[in-house]
Amino acid sequence: MIIELGHFALILALAAALLQGSVPMIGAARGDAAWMALARPAAVVQLILVVFAFCALTHAYVTSDFSVANVVANSHSAKPLLYKISGVWGNHEGSMLLWILILALFGSAVAVFGGNLPPSLRARVLGVQAWIGIGFIAFTLFTSNPFLRVFPAPLDGEDLNPLLQDPGLAFHPPMLYAGYVGFSMAFSFAIAALIEGKVDAAWARWVRPWTLLAWAFLTGGIALGSWWAYYELGWGGWWFWDPVENVSFMPWLLGTALLHSAIVVEKRNALKTWTILLAILTFSLSLIGTFIVRSGVLTSVHAFATDPERGFFILILLAVAIGGSLVLFALRAPALKAGGLFAPISREGGMVINNLFLSAACAAVFLGTLYPLFLEALDGSKVSVGPPFFNATFVPLMVPLVFLMAVGPMLPWKRADLAAALARLKLAALGAVVAALVAWYVSNGGPVLAVAAMGLAAWLFVGALVEWTDRVKLFRVPPGDSWRRARNLPRAAHGMTLAHTGLAVVMVGMIGSSVWKTEVVTSLKPGESVEIAGYSLLFEGVGKLDGPNYTAERARFTVTRDGEEVAVMFPEKRVYQVRSMPTTEAAIRTTFLADLYAVIGDADGQGGWTVRVYHEPLVPWIWVGCLVMMAGGLVSLSDRRLRIGAPHRQAASPAGGQAGDKSPSRPATA
Amino acid sequence: MTRKRRRLYIVAAALLIFGGATALVLTALDDSLDLFQSPSQIMASPPPPERGIRLGGLVEEGTVSRSTDGLSVAFRITDGAQSVPVNYRGILPDLFREGQGVITVGNMGPDGTFVAREVLAKHDENYLPREVVDALKESGQWQGDGTGGAQ
Repeated sequence: MIIELGHFALILALAAALLQGSVPMIGAARGDAAWMALARPAAVVQLILVVFAFCALTHAYVTSDFSVANVVANSHSAKPLLYKISGVWGNHEGSMLLWILILALFGSAVAVFGGNLPPSLRARVLGVQAWIGIGFIAFTLFTSNPFLRVFPAPLDGEDLNPLLQDPGLAFHPPMLYAGYVGFSMAFSFAIAALIEGKVDAAWARWVRPWTLLAWAFLTGGIALGSWWAYYELGWGGWWFWDPVENVSFMPWLLGTALLHSAIVVEKRNALKTWTILLAILTFSLSLIGTFIVRSGVLTSVHAFATDPERGFFILILLAVAIGGSLVLFALRAPALKAGGLFAPISREGGMVINNLFLSAACAAVFLGTLYPLFLEALDGSKVSVGPPFFNATFVPLMVPLVFLMAVGPMLPWKRADLAAALARLKLAALGAVVAALVAWYVSNGGPVLAVAAMGLAAWLFVGALVEWTDRVKLFRVPPGDSWRRARNLPRAAHGMTLAHTGLAVVMVGMIGSSVWKTEVVTSLKPGESVEIAGYSLLFEGVGKLDGPNYTAERARFTVTRDGEEVAVMFPEKRVYQVRSMPTTEAAIRTTFLADLYAVIGDADGQGGWTVRVYHEPLVPWIWVGCLVMMAGGLVSLSDRRLRIGAPHRQAASPAGGQAGDKSPSRPATA
Repeated sequence: MTRKRRRLYIVAAALLIFGGATALVLTALDDSLDLFQSPSQIMASPPPPERGIRLGGLVEEGTVSRSTDGLSVAFRITDGAQSVPVNYRGILPDLFREGQGVITVGNMGPDGTFVAREVLAKHDENYLPREVVDALKESGQWQGDGTGGAQ
């Protein structure tokens, strides 16, 4: 009964979205306040209905209702409660419902907190949001309905894919989706602005917090996914340039660009057309990210089993959303007024360079990811583009970007003196040299490029800190004054420092673990040991272990260093009974400076076991750095100027939001 | 600084950066593509050893044998019509077993044995790589229902 009510609620949500997508839009075009006002209650009603539908499905999972097909395919009564709940979105249909839920949450956030938005802009933003919702709810109802029953109901379910039964992956999809869907806000604001024919500083101030929030979530989602791949897949790697990873990374790259260009719109009223385009493209890539893997057109290590009939619907949805918005952009963008001027060497110029590098890098990843598709369509040959391609294109584009990342924040708006900026970076140069020397010494003269890359990371780290210390005049005025200055600094400034230093930390982790990683694969009998990076791992044998829904073979290793015991490690090989599917559970011993990573393979039948051991220097820094970047995004979000509801269009935009204010509800002529 | 000059600078920077990116992409595409081949295609015209190959198909029943040190594995990959011997050294993926659809990445050795540096089986036991499905269809061995299923 509850599941039918959930199904019905989702259908009603579609009706609410249809209402929200049509009436307020017409109202905005006609300047009818009552019609426009409908958008807010409609968005809230839509949220309530979607929440109900989502709860209904969750209820079916938690109570193991095996008369629901989706629950049968993805759950089992013996599964721990956490994975019963995460199982709701651990499959195609349920994850679509989660997408819709997050979209409705964002939509109603505009409805509830957007009290000070001009009514026509608010009506149009909510209208565009509703259209996205219509596409997704229709897709779910017609091709991926999680509310279907099976008859007769089986006694028990088929269990969730064991690889997904993991705390890291329980929270990875919600984070990632919050990121993807968050960019829908920037998209809706962009489309609404195109219809209104007006972009100003106040517009950018509304777009930026949503973009920041989406960006922070996406950063966290990607980091969680990468962490999961690292400890769960047992390959000791954290990034494989797999299509699934790439499609989540592309919106991140463009979203990062959008984050920066929106600042220029807000502060200088320039780069408006470009920012609108970025908002459209970022969300388009999020849509592609959601769908391309599910449609099964790209072979991926992570792919779910797919249903080809969905492909057509997806293609239509993508064509309408992306094609339609780009056509609108082409028609309306020329009507936008050009904004403030700036010299090539200036903060704005730095942001332009940042945007160019990020979008070039995104284009390279896009090409590498979709090239197999193009080639197959052209001559039918099947190829795959491997990590060497991405390393050879992405990394060279990132090096100059990271170098300039330390310089950009030193440049004032409008016109800057490059020599003065570089003079402030003397300490960063010193830091780079010291870091390179340390890396060179510790790695016994390791690869020149890796040593140089370590220097580059230090350059960025110290450069970002110098910019911050200059602002608070650390050590140049009494500490109390510095403290007061730091407190008066806009939160966004702290956020930038955090995000930039976070990236430097991530870089150190990436360089360390890819260049200085060591690996030993060997076969061991109990009592034998393996040596790696100064550690000795004594293999003591393998025992049986019973989990809630699996059985495991658990090996025991005693780890010693210089004859002293430092740890005991228990790598496992599990077999999940329902699917009779084996998984590898790596044992990881982490010090902040390096990970020791052990995996057991198969028994060879003569008392020996295959054992793989990695030593990965600095790898924890990747995730620590991602957390710092996320924190940077959130701190920046708490900036007073960006607080939802804080900006007042007229009062807060002296820089020039007046263009077109005479007729706010009528679109300017194109 | 006029509007025109500024636009000129931006366009020049864009051309420079995107031109550089294009050059990188073109050179990198040249030597990092792995070509997907089925056993039938390999037997028909063996690729040169330097060519990166993704060989996909089913692990032939009864052909998996391990070396005495327990690290090297030899098996054959088949598409039903032809089969190719494969050597691999390392830990096999969890889902590797006889009859399972896999993709191996590596090069053809001069002696007609495929030397794999990577063996990929999928995360989902019902999932069969699309290339493998196509190869099986081509050799007339496909009996699946469209969602995979190599049982």
